[in-house]
Amino acid sequence: MLGSFLEGLLSGSILAGTPLLYATLGEVMDERAGIVNLGLEGVMLMGAVAGFTTTVRTGNAVAGVFAAALAGALFNLIFGFLVISRQANQLASGLALMFCGVGLSALVGASSIGSRIKGLDEIAIPLLSDLPLVGPILFRYDILVYLAIPISILVWWTLFYTRWGLSLRAVGENPIAAFAAGKNPYRLQYQALFIAGILGGIAGAHLSLALAKTWAEWMTAGRGFVAVALVIFSKWHPLRAIAGALLFGGAISLQLQMQARGVPVSPFLLDMLPYLLSLAVLAIWGGARRHSAPGSLGRVFRGTE
Amino acid sequence: MAEVLKRSGVTIRLGARGWAGLFRLLGLFGLAFLIFAVVLLVFGKNPVKAYVDFFSSTVGSAYGLSEILVKMIPLVLTALAVAVPSRIWLINVGGEGQLYVGALFATWGALTFGTLPIGILLTLIAALGFLGGGLWALISGILRARGWVSETISTLLMNYVAILLVNFFVFGPWKDLESANYPQTAQFVDAATLPAIGGTRVHAGFVFPLAALILFYFVLSRTRWGLEMRAIGGNPEAARRNGIPIDRYIVLLMFIGGGLAGLAGMSEVSAIQGRLRPSLSPGYGFIGFLISWMAGGNPLGILGAALLLATVTAGGDILQMTHGLPGSVVNILNALILFVVLARQGRKGGARC
Repeated sequence: MLGSFLEGLLSGSILAGTPLLYATLGEVMDERAGIVNLGLEGVMLMGAVAGFTTTVRTGNAVAGVFAAALAGALFNLIFGFLVISRQANQLASGLALMFCGVGLSALVGASSIGSRIKGLDEIAIPLLSDLPLVGPILFRYDILVYLAIPISILVWWTLFYTRWGLSLRAVGENPIAAFAAGKNPYRLQYQALFIAGILGGIAGAHLSLALAKTWAEWMTAGRGFVAVALVIFSKWHPLRAIAGALLFGGAISLQLQMQARGVPVSPFLLDMLPYLLSLAVLAIWGGARRHSAPGSLGRVFRGTE
Repeated sequence: MAEVLKRSGVTIRLGARGWAGLFRLLGLFGLAFLIFAVVLLVFGKNPVKAYVDFFSSTVGSAYGLSEILVKMIPLVLTALAVAVPSRIWLINVGGEGQLYVGALFATWGALTFGTLPIGILLTLIAALGFLGGGLWALISGILRARGWVSETISTLLMNYVAILLVNFFVFGPWKDLESANYPQTAQFVDAATLPAIGGTRVHAGFVFPLAALILFYFVLSRTRWGLEMRAIGGNPEAARRNGIPIDRYIVLLMFIGGGLAGLAGMSEVSAIQGRLRPSLSPGYGFIGFLISWMAGGNPLGILGAALLLATVTAGGDILQMTHGLPGSVVNILNALILFVVLARQGRKGGARC
């Protein structure tokens, strides 16, 4: 009884944590470039709906993932146009992007409501998945789960060990200095937003193609905002984001497990867990936060006149 | 536009340049409607027919105009919920949650004290609504004042907690057994219902936003508190050294802002829904943020922007009913209006929000 509860809890944490991890990585990318993106929720929704409708049409969930990545990236570029080219306020632009995503995804997905898909295939790793205990917990997932940690490492390596990543972080810390050093802040920020959009789109695709295997309006239910909180929790670091995503995936999974086992607590109260956990964790982390945020986060670079 | 939407002061002027700005602004809105028409066309809807219905059922009829006013009541309040704390650079993105908690508190009052006479009961549940929304925002205010969590992220997350809290009560302890499968509370008694005006759906709750707007303007421009708030907004460090209690202002302004959103929730349950339902608000709290941002916190600007977005929201209901579009499609139009304003405003002026 306890064993199967733990097994369900752990594998549930990994499953529910995966879209959060992709989304958090996307937001880390945004914020390392000095841009707060509250529109991530909308980007995820566009990814979810693009992935789902493509899968319904083609019957191929992998094609769905690619469509989601593309949709997320293009959608995030709208945000880029506003905050980079037009130097608009980032918070207001982000919320407007979220609204746009909510509406547009509802419009795109309207014809697919109720459609059924097989979703992303579960790939059981040969031999390893037959191991007692750890087998089912660690080695029976869809491809996006397996890729999540390698992609986190890739993002970390790109940000911290490549010339491009160094330039990008320089823009996030101090665009004027980066500009003086011969970098083009605008181009770097656009590139970061494009990649962030890809990651956000994949996050949405995992929700609709692997977790829910269906489409519902506003199915992200605030996960985009939880990801923004997770970025602070992980101190803008892609590898710490893995731990954060697992923790929050755990909160979602705990609630599902308790519901499945008929624990007599209202599901609505249990649903609050991830949000309350975010707040509690941020409150505890609060003091150290300002030391690790990118220096010019949220500020607009207006050139060097 | 700069004249109408000026952020720094609260002066309301509309000179010759202001009129030109107004026309430019209208042109921008036209552009947003045009892009939305293209979106509709792409998805196989007839935009001309959609717009004919949209406008004839909103600005084109007496009923439609009254619907716009009905939607303006919560929108002006949620916009003020953002505008009040924004005077000292606090970003309250939690209007939606504060509205829900306000509605929750008001419902509790209406269900518990149903035997009181109408005047007393309405005053009581309005106060409860204000208190509910205020306390909800107060949490974020305290977290911010202590330097623990930025109010932007905490108010965002608290929205979801508030909506779940309302769901909990409506599906659980407060569920009306007579409404079978509908998750909703019992109908409010007449004494807990804000009276409608002259056979329309416009209700007595319109005094809330009106009074709040006037008070907002008066406090900002004529009182010591307004001056101190401007000082904090201008230079917090200087204000602190001059003995202005910044932390107290943070907590207080969050409370007042949340309270105004709570009042919006109270007027919705009392006058429009007549009971508490999970689908209380089509995102009034979020739209309020966009309104306040567009208006730059200017009282007259808030009225104008609320009028525009209330029209869009009311028109969205029509598109949903007669054109088979999902209800949230109207969010695209809201967002497009913001996009054009953002794209235009961005290059001018200093930091905003």
